[in-house]
Amino acid sequence: MGNHFFDKATMPAGQDRVDGRAKVTGTARFAAEHPVPELTYGVLVCSTITKGHIKSLDTKAAEKAAGVLAVLSHLNSPKVPGFDPPKPANKDEKPRAWDGLKVFYSDKIYFNGQPIAVVVADTYERALYAATLVKAEYIKEPHQTDFNANIKQAASPKGGGDDYTRGEANAWKKAPVTLEAEYIVPFEVHNPMELHAIIAVWEAEDKITVYDKTQGPKDTQQSIMQAFNLPEKNVQVVTEYVGGAFGSALRTWPHEIAAMLAAKKVNKPVKLVLGRDNMFTLVGYRPYTIQKIGLGATEDGKLTGITHTAISQTSSYEEFTEGAVGVSKFLYACPNVNTSYKLIPLDIGTPTWMRGPGEATGCFALESALDELSYKLNIDPVELRLRNYAETDPQRNLPWSSKYLKECYQMGAEKIGWFQRNRNPRSMQEDGMLVGYGMSTGVFGAFRWNATAKGIFHADGTLTVQSAVSDMGPGTSTSMVNIASEAFGLPHDKIKFELGSSSLPPGPTQGGSGTTSTLGSAVHEVCVELTNQLKQLALSAGNSPFKNAKPEGLAVENGNVLLVADRNIKMSYVDILKQHNKPELEFMKESNAGEEQKKYSMYSYSVHFTKLHVHPSTGVITIKKVVTAGDAGKIVSEKTARSQMIGGVTGGIGMALTEEGIIDHRYGRYVNNNLADYHVPVNADVPEIEALFVNRPDPYLNPMGAKGMGEIALIGYAASVANAVYHATGKRIRDLPITLDKIIS
Amino acid sequence: MIPFEYIRPSGQKAALDAIAKDASAQFIAGGTNLVDLMKKGVVSPQKLIDIGKLPLKEIKEANTGLHIGALALNSDVAENEIVKTKYSLLSQALYAGASAQLRNMATVGGNIMQRTRCTYFYDTTMPCNKRKPGSGCGALKGYNRMHAIFGASENCIAVHPSDMCVALTALNATILVSNNKGERKIPFGEFHRLPGDHPETDNTLQKGELITAIIIPENNLQHSCYLKIRDRASYAFALVSVAAALEIADGKTKDVRLAMGGVAHKPWRLTDAEKFLKGKPATENNFQQAAQIAIKGAKGYGNNNFKIKLASAAITEALNKAAGKA
Repeated sequence: MGNHFFDKATMPAGQDRVDGRAKVTGTARFAAEHPVPELTYGVLVCSTITKGHIKSLDTKAAEKAAGVLAVLSHLNSPKVPGFDPPKPANKDEKPRAWDGLKVFYSDKIYFNGQPIAVVVADTYERALYAATLVKAEYIKEPHQTDFNANIKQAASPKGGGDDYTRGEANAWKKAPVTLEAEYIVPFEVHNPMELHAIIAVWEAEDKITVYDKTQGPKDTQQSIMQAFNLPEKNVQVVTEYVGGAFGSALRTWPHEIAAMLAAKKVNKPVKLVLGRDNMFTLVGYRPYTIQKIGLGATEDGKLTGITHTAISQTSSYEEFTEGAVGVSKFLYACPNVNTSYKLIPLDIGTPTWMRGPGEATGCFALESALDELSYKLNIDPVELRLRNYAETDPQRNLPWSSKYLKECYQMGAEKIGWFQRNRNPRSMQEDGMLVGYGMSTGVFGAFRWNATAKGIFHADGTLTVQSAVSDMGPGTSTSMVNIASEAFGLPHDKIKFELGSSSLPPGPTQGGSGTTSTLGSAVHEVCVELTNQLKQLALSAGNSPFKNAKPEGLAVENGNVLLVADRNIKMSYVDILKQHNKPELEFMKESNAGEEQKKYSMYSYSVHFTKLHVHPSTGVITIKKVVTAGDAGKIVSEKTARSQMIGGVTGGIGMALTEEGIIDHRYGRYVNNNLADYHVPVNADVPEIEALFVNRPDPYLNPMGAKGMGEIALIGYAASVANAVYHATGKRIRDLPITLDKIIS
Repeated sequence: MIPFEYIRPSGQKAALDAIAKDASAQFIAGGTNLVDLMKKGVVSPQKLIDIGKLPLKEIKEANTGLHIGALALNSDVAENEIVKTKYSLLSQALYAGASAQLRNMATVGGNIMQRTRCTYFYDTTMPCNKRKPGSGCGALKGYNRMHAIFGASENCIAVHPSDMCVALTALNATILVSNNKGERKIPFGEFHRLPGDHPETDNTLQKGELITAIIIPENNLQHSCYLKIRDRASYAFALVSVAAALEIADGKTKDVRLAMGGVAHKPWRLTDAEKFLKGKPATENNFQQAAQIAIKGAKGYGNNNFKIKLASAAITEALNKAAGKA
C-alpha cells in the first residue's frame, strides 16, 4: 500500500507495538498487579434480590472469621461527601449531583448483584470465604427486568430524546417501494479479558493514590475528587496498562468507591478485583434495544424516506442514552428522515457505551434494512448504497472534511469477489454448504477534543513525550511514538511515551475513537515546536554550520537539524544542547480543535464484507472470510491499526453470532454470567480478516490527517453477517445473535 | 471457598481407606470441575483426597480390549495412537471437548464424574433439586436452551455435559471401580442415572468407591464420526452431539452404534435407531429414517424445542459423515 504516513526510513511500516514485549512477557503491570506494602483484600457481597430493601445484615460471623479486618456496608460505611453535595453558596449554582449508584449509601436495592457489603481481610482467600458468611435478609418488592413486558413504559429521555425530522415525517410510507422491519440487539456485556480491579491507597487522611483499571485517568481523578471532596493534587490515578475495556472502564463504578471506602475504614491499602459474574452487573453493558426502520424508495432505488425509531433501556436510578438512531440522519442522501429514541427504566444496573456504542446498534438495523430493500428493488446492495451516496452532509448541510466511502466499497468488493457472486438467495453452494455473501457500512464521528502533551528532549538524544491517557489496547503508545518520530525527526526507538498517570499533563479519556486525533494533535504540535526551538538554537550555537541560514531553510531528520539546500550540512540535536549547555529541552502545550469543526462534518467510515457457510440441515454458521475496508484518514500506525480492525471485526462476529446476556426475569439474575456460557468468539470462529485502508489524510481534522478507527471496526459488522445469512439461506434474522436455532426453526 | 483439609495418599489402598473413613471427603484429580463447584459454593467437601499420584495413568491393550487408567489425561487419551486408530470415535469426542488447557488437566475418571453445567445448579441463590433436593427445578420454566429432551423428569431437566462419555457409551465401555473391600465392573450405560425423583444422584457409584479404569472392547467399527453442534466452534458445551460408528460390509450396516450428548441426564444411547439400521444398506435414506426413530419421545421445554429438529439433522449428518457420504 503506497502513500503511507511513515514512508521515511525512520519509520518502517510494520512498526511493532512499543509495549508488545512487556505485554507478552508478563512484565507489563496491570491495575491489580502493583506491589503495595501492607496490602489487604476486599471482596464484595452482592444483593441476591432485584428490588427492595435490606431488612437486616448479619456480619458477625464474617467479622469473626480468620484474618478479617472489617465488613463495610450502608450500616457503617464512612460517608462519601460527593453523594450529598452541600448546596452552593450562590443560589443560581446547582449542586453537582452524583451520577450513578451511591454504594453503601442506604438499604435500598436497585438491581440484582448490587454491592451491599465489602469484606476486607489479610488475604484474598480469607476475604472470599468471609464474604460467604455475610447473611442478608431483604424486604422484596416486585421487579421489572423484562424489556418486552415493559415496552409500554417507554418514554423520551429526560435529558432530551433523539427526535428529529428532516422534510416530511414517515414519508417512506408513500414511496413506490417500501420496507418496514423491526430489529433487536440484546444485552451485550463488554467482558474484556482483564477483570476490573483497583488498589486504593490512602497516603493521608485527605490524599489518595489508586491503581485502577480506567480508560480515563483524568476522569477517574475528577470522580474521586468529587466523591471525597479532595483537591486535584491529592488524588493520584495510575493506570499503566489496561487489558481491554471496550467502554466498560469509561466511568467510575461502585466497586471503585467501595474499595476506597474500605481502605479508609481499615486504614490500609485495599485491593478489589471483580469476579467475572460482577462484570455482568457492575460495569455496564450494551443496552437491549428494539428498533423499527421504515424505508421508502423509488423504483430505481433512490431513497425518499427513512424513519428510524428505537426503544432502549436504562436503570431505574440513572438515565443512559446513546446515539442509536443518529446514523439514519446523515449516512444516505435522503430528503425525508425522521427519528425517535425512547427509554424504559428497568431494575438492572446502568448500561454504558460498548464498542461502537449506539451507532453499532443503529447500523445493524439500518444496514440490514438497506439489504432487505435491495432485494425488493432487485438492485445490488453495494449499488443501492452508491445510488444514495451522500456527497455532502444532509443533516448539517455541510461539506464532509473527507469521505472516501466509495473507495471503501470498491476496495472491499474487489477483494472478496463481491460481483462474482450469484445475487439470488440460497443460490450458492460449496462443499455441501450454503454460501452467503453480505456487506454493510459503518460510520462514526471523527472527533478531536482538548489534550495537553509535554515533550522533553534529553541530552542523551532521547525524547520523552507525556500525557495522562490510558491505552486499553489499541496501541496508543505506539501511535504516539510514531507521531512524535515523524514530527520530531527522531527514530522511534529513541522515543518513549509515558502515559497512565493522572499527574501527567491532562490527556483525553480513551473513548469515542478520539485518542489518536486528540492526543496525537497535541503530541504533534509539541514536537514541531521543539524542532523549531532546536532550529533556533542551532542557528545561535557558537559552532553553527548554518551561516546566514533562516529557520525556514532548515529541516529535521534522524536527530539532526540540517540545511534544506544542502542536506549534508547538519548539526545533531545532542550537539545543539551541548553547545548551549542545556541538560534538556522541554515544551508543553494544550491543543484544541478549531473553527474547522463548524465548517465541516467529520466522520470515519468502514465497509464490511463477509463470506460465510451455513450448514443446510443443522444451521451451523461458519464465517469463511472477512474483508473490512476503512476510511480512517491517514494511518499513523499500520500494524496496530490492522490489529484494531481485526479486533473490532472479531467483536462484531460476537455481536452477530454468539453474544447475548440472558436474564431470568423471575429472579432478575443473569443465567450466563461467565465466559463458558456467555460466548465470545474463540479463534476457531474467526477466519482470515483482511483489513484494508484507504489511507488518505483528512485535511481539516488534525495535523496528522488521522481519523478514528476503534468504533468503525465493529459498527455495521453484524449486519454484514445477517445479510450474508439471508443470501445463503433466504432467511432474514432480525434479532441478534444469529444462533443456529433461529436458522433451523 | 470454604476451608478444607487436603491429603495426598501415596497408594490406592490408602486412598480407599481414607474415603471409607470420612463421609464428607471427596476425591480430586484434575479438579477442572470440582474446584469450580467449590468456588461457587455448590459443593463444600471438608476433605479432599488428591488421587493424582496414584498409578492409574496407563493406556494399554489387553485381551479384553483397551484398558485406560482413570487418571489418564483427556489429552493423552485423545493423542494416543491406539485410540486414534482403533477407537477413533473416542479420540474425536475428546478433541471436541473443552479446551486444550482443560484437556491437559482433566482425567478420564474426572470426565465421567463431572456434574451438569446447568446454570441453576451453579447459582446457589436459585432453586435446584440436584443441588438442594426439594428446592425445585429452576430450569423447567426458566432458561432451558441447553437442557434435556430425553429422559428428564419434573424434578430435573439437566444434561450430562461430557463428550467423552457419549463415545464410551457407544463403544460399550465398562467402568472398573474399587472400594477398600474389592472391585466391580459397571457397564457404561448403567453408570449414569436419569434424574427421576432423585436428581441429586448423578450415577450409580457408591460412597467409598473409586473409578480406576475403563475398558473398551475391541470392535470392527471402522467408520466413525463424533459430531458436536454448539454455539461456537470451540470451548462450548454441546447443544447436541452424536457419536456414530458403523461396521459396513457389502454396503450394509453390520454393526452400528449411536449415542447422543447434550440431550439427557446421561449419555443417551439410541438403541431403537441402531436396531433399525442393523442389516440395512448404509444409505442416507436409512440414516434419515433412523434419525426419525431416534427422536421419538423427545420433549422440549421451551428454549430447547429446537434441539429435537437439530438432533434429527445431527444424527443423519453424523451417520453420513461416518459412512463417508458427507
